[in-house]
Amino acid sequence: MSVLSTPASAVRLASKGRPLREHLFKIALVASLVIALGFLALVIYSMVSSGIGRFDARLWENMPSIRRPEQAGAQSAITGTLWLVGLTAVMALPTGILAAIYLEEYADKTRWYNRVIELNIQNLAAIPSIIYGILALGIIARVLGLGFGVLTGAMALSLLVLPIVIIAAREAIRAVPPSIREGSLALGATQWQTIYRQVLPASIPGIATGAILALSRAIGEAAPLIVLGAATFVPFNPSGPFDRFSALPVQIYFWITQSREEFHLLAAAAIIILLALLLAMNSVAILLRNRYQKRF
Amino acid sequence: MARSSRPAAPGTRLGRSRPRYGEAVVKAVLLIAALVSIATTIGIVAALLEPTVEFFAEVSIVEFFTGTSWGPGFKPPAFGVLPLITSTLVITLIAVLVAVPLGLLAAVYLSEYASRRVRKVIKPTLEVLAGIPTVVLGFFALTVVTPFLREWSPLDITFKNGLSAGIVVGVMIIPLVASLAEDAMSAVPNGLREGAFALGSSRMVTSLRVVFPAALSGIIAGVILAVSRAFGETMIVVVAAGSNPAFTLDPLREMVTFASYIAQAASGDIPVGSTVYKAVFAVGSLLFVTTFVLNYISARIVRRFREVYE
Repeated sequence: MSVLSTPASAVRLASKGRPLREHLFKIALVASLVIALGFLALVIYSMVSSGIGRFDARLWENMPSIRRPEQAGAQSAITGTLWLVGLTAVMALPTGILAAIYLEEYADKTRWYNRVIELNIQNLAAIPSIIYGILALGIIARVLGLGFGVLTGAMALSLLVLPIVIIAAREAIRAVPPSIREGSLALGATQWQTIYRQVLPASIPGIATGAILALSRAIGEAAPLIVLGAATFVPFNPSGPFDRFSALPVQIYFWITQSREEFHLLAAAAIIILLALLLAMNSVAILLRNRYQKRF
Repeated sequence: MARSSRPAAPGTRLGRSRPRYGEAVVKAVLLIAALVSIATTIGIVAALLEPTVEFFAEVSIVEFFTGTSWGPGFKPPAFGVLPLITSTLVITLIAVLVAVPLGLLAAVYLSEYASRRVRKVIKPTLEVLAGIPTVVLGFFALTVVTPFLREWSPLDITFKNGLSAGIVVGVMIIPLVASLAEDAMSAVPNGLREGAFALGSSRMVTSLRVVFPAALSGIIAGVILAVSRAFGETMIVVVAAGSNPAFTLDPLREMVTFASYIAQAASGDIPVGSTVYKAVFAVGSLLFVTTFVLNYISARIVRRFREVYE
């Protein structure tokens, strides 16, 4: 696994005689990382620097307005996003974790249907997000008759992040050593008791990390909601699961498409909220993982 | 027990004391949760199929695949999908040209050069880059990358163009390429590296001539997955690449891809059941089938690759 097992002196000796090429290669490697990470820094910097002037209470106290950009805010988009994340968490996390338990603990890998489920999840993880918008538009909104409310949007996002939850939860469950299961079963616990009392508590940090990353993906996703027709300038907060809604990324998109410069400032300011939220969630996820990884 | 003529095998007495219905119910619930993913796929196919079939009843397949003008809203409407195909391919190609070299070099560094501590910092940071909402990246392409290119490059670029969109899509998929390629390279057994070092290879030669080829199939699978991701990227393209489809390979002009057309058409007002409405689903089918094939190829390569070292 680790390259570090090769003594540094041996590597240095092996590199002797061709130092320039070696150095150039290493510089190229580091440069590629610097470009990628520099781009990240540049994105954050440029958004903050152009949006900070408009980043004030108007943003979360006022409603979007097409006529008066200087008074416009994003309150309905913020509450819409909170609704979406809440409903997505309620739907996607239990489903994903239960599916992961099935695949890791119960599924017989030699059966064709279990292999189909597994391949299918891999494939769903790589389907473009906009396709989930089409699914929501064609099936959830029209055939199931759930309309175009915040619940339909949350269902689209739930299905979108479900593969992420499943894959992360499976990895966390797989990391629990079999000896723990065997010990529990040997003491007379049933399979479900073993899973519920031993395997799940041991894999909670990994599952939580995956859950946070999945929800942060749901927060930033705009494409399926746009297909679903998440409304542009909603002047009210959703008060129930069937109400029309807006969401931060959708609101940002519509502000970007406006030609007036004030709306671009507004978009940048709303992006600051979005990025701050996502960076906070990512940091928590990474902390959780680093803190509790490799307990066995 | 004592009177039985032969000793019972251990287990025949212990097991099956009474049926555990609770356990069966639990297993059924778990299976249903796993089947949600199958239902999702069926739902996607069902959502796409009917309007697509109806679309091809109204528009001939030959016109669809050979027409060079895309304008369902025109009078008369034009349903030639070639402009969308060329634009999607061009933007994907630009993204791949950006992401594959940078992503693979980053992966070599992380897998072969970086210390454990450096890796522990850089990998999560790359994940953050992958987690930036694409609408934000689109805004960045529109307000930073395009003005920069217009100012500092000799190219004659329109305000909305395929080039900046492609570049930013490429940066977006760097983390994907890097992490999948790094996984593949870390899976190469250490014995191969040590053998190469013992024969006098430098670290660069070991990385390029030993580790990289050994991990090649995994790397290719990762690159294909990244291509499929770029292929279906919506928000960056819809924001930065414009809305006028043209049959061109010139990335300095406006470009409309499959995904960006769907987003644009769906965010406007289109009457349900009209040909324009069905055209959205027909383009969606094209997008779905293409990414499905790419993902399938990638999964096949991964499966074959896995057998090598087990």
